Amino acid sequence: MTELTLAKAINLGLRRALESDDRVLLIGEDIGKLGGVFRVTDGLQADFGVRRVIDAPLAESAIIGTAVGLAFRGFRPVCEIQFDGFIYPGFDQIVAQVAKLHYRTSGNVRVPITIRVPFGGGIGAVEHHSESPEAYFTHTSGLRVVSCSNPQDAYAMVRQAIASDDPVLFFEPKRRYWATGEVDENAVAPPLGSAHIVREGSDVTLVAYGPLVTTARDAALAALDDGTSIEVIDLRSLSPVDFDTVEASVRKTGRLVVAHEAQHFGGVGAEVAASITERCFFHLEAPPVRVTGFDTPYPAAKLERHFLPDLDRILDAVDRVMGRTNSLSSLEVTA
Amino acid sequence: MLRSLDQLDDLTTAVTAPDALLQLLPPDGNRVAHPDLDPWVADIDGAALAALYDDLSVIRRLDTEATALQRQGELGLWPPLLGQEAAQVGSARALRRDDFVFTSYRENGVAYCRGVAIADLMPVWRGTALSGWNPYDVGMATPAVIIGAQTLHATGYALGCAIDGVDSVSVAYFGDGATSQGDVAEAMVYAASFHVPVIFFCQNNHWAISEPVGLQTKRPIADRAPAYGIPSLRVDGNDVLAVMAAMRIALDRARTGGGPTFIEAVTYRMGPHTTSDDPGRYVDPVERAEWAAKDPIDRLERHLDSLGLLTDALRESVAKSTDAAAAELRRACLALPEPAPLTVFDNVYAEPHSGLERQRREYSAYLSMFEGGAS
Repeated sequence: MTELTLAKAINLGLRRALESDDRVLLIGEDIGKLGGVFRVTDGLQADFGVRRVIDAPLAESAIIGTAVGLAFRGFRPVCEIQFDGFIYPGFDQIVAQVAKLHYRTSGNVRVPITIRVPFGGGIGAVEHHSESPEAYFTHTSGLRVVSCSNPQDAYAMVRQAIASDDPVLFFEPKRRYWATGEVDENAVAPPLGSAHIVREGSDVTLVAYGPLVTTARDAALAALDDGTSIEVIDLRSLSPVDFDTVEASVRKTGRLVVAHEAQHFGGVGAEVAASITERCFFHLEAPPVRVTGFDTPYPAAKLERHFLPDLDRILDAVDRVMGRTNSLSSLEVTA
Repeated sequence: MLRSLDQLDDLTTAVTAPDALLQLLPPDGNRVAHPDLDPWVADIDGAALAALYDDLSVIRRLDTEATALQRQGELGLWPPLLGQEAAQVGSARALRRDDFVFTSYRENGVAYCRGVAIADLMPVWRGTALSGWNPYDVGMATPAVIIGAQTLHATGYALGCAIDGVDSVSVAYFGDGATSQGDVAEAMVYAASFHVPVIFFCQNNHWAISEPVGLQTKRPIADRAPAYGIPSLRVDGNDVLAVMAAMRIALDRARTGGGPTFIEAVTYRMGPHTTSDDPGRYVDPVERAEWAAKDPIDRLERHLDSLGLLTDALRESVAKSTDAAAAELRRACLALPEPAPLTVFDNVYAEPHSGLERQRREYSAYLSMFEGGAS
């Protein structure tokens, strides 16, 4: 067991993957000498060489497209997209090639590409550096989409993503890069597609992933003050979603709140709310509620605290599903 | 700013000026010498010329037969390569088995030369599958439909060859239209920066559906590559010998650490973009007639004749192989089975995906309400 930051945990996972499989290589902008803008690949080029930790010219479509060609030759490329908002130039290669090649070739060509994406806001950044684009990819068949929330998962999940024979979008909660936690390299990791119950509870099921898992856990602790018992689920995998775990929880609590930084409309929260409603409508005591970013572009840094769901907005949503007075009470129209 | 379509047409002509092309076999079939190219095809004797003639003829016949199958309603679509046979055969016959090619959808001649079974050309166009062959069996990826995307795959594959320390080469086949795509520009940047063994083989067939090459570029396409640090050759794409010589030069460079090469094979799309297209709306019949006079097969025939090699025996053997190819294409097309309904879920992922497995179970249950069920 070692105490590591989340960024260092990913670094360790990448190091172990490079050590254990010589077909693994890393490609991305500034990942070599600099170690990446968040230092996630710090020291890896020095130890594994320029042919395994490759500084890429500034073209995201080429980072992904080159990885496709490498995969054709039997490599397991790990691509780094420097920031969430920079992934769009690579979007075509991801959705039209990476996601579809295995299907297109009747399974003859495997595409074991991992695409690492620092995502989310809360760091006071300029435009294009704080986005949560995961729903574009959960909507795309052929991709697996995951997000880690703590150092142990960061280490284990990046190794599982690289080992997977499917392409994996690996969303890293950038504002939690410096959060520390114990990492046990020998711990048995749960399956990559599984959700994790962070904290058990009986009144409300609160689903989050990535950077908001910490916020959700804090909210659950705060809710104890007024006697509300919140079960917090870290979704971990966004495609597939472990609906069985969420369903079992909601059947117990009867209430569902889903929180994410990404925009509201068509987001992962919509899918979770709809699927859980289909699965266990008659166990619900209240309509599911989503707490999300607004349907605006990501705003300027001085406004992001309004955009990002925080502890209080999550607790307000808990009040809604609990039938208590909440922020929308004043908007209710009486006939 | 382009002020008129006439200017576009002028530009199209300007960027394909024939005197700027590398050539060994002009349209009259009389072999011309070229000190830089001749050594690269010195081994092409009478038998080799006859084999190339057979390739060109079979490919044209397959293309014609597939077009007919589409007109008869047996194929959903077909992208004819009529006129581009020499560009495809001359380049593909220069390759080794361990080389790997990444093409667009029009390279059925390349596929034939790589050893793709004639039957395997059909599933995509009949709509029974999204691809027809295992890329690893023939060293050829299944065609890319997104224009230019495959140039990056070829570059990545070549990077893999360099890392592995082998002298295999990868080739990206694409058209003049693709050169406007960002992916092609990015591929050239990466190929040059990483100095990888990739060949960019551009068939400039003058058309991107209805858009003339002059809309894609103000300069000869081959002129772009040197700015990326990639040497380029501009070759008569209807001259199978010149194409082969250029390809062998590029392959030798790639195998010996010389890095990428760009080849522009100037040819002409004599047919429609696909069977759904109507080139009567935009192709100048005079220009097309000029290119018909530069036909790649006619000129090889003339050349063989001038050497006394266009014998009855050769004509008969080529007739036999083209007839057999056409018959096999038709047989294989009509014999393709309908895919089973639940195969729609197969191979989306390499490993189980719980969401998709649930959909498969539910759709199977739905189908079981009907006679025949999910079979």
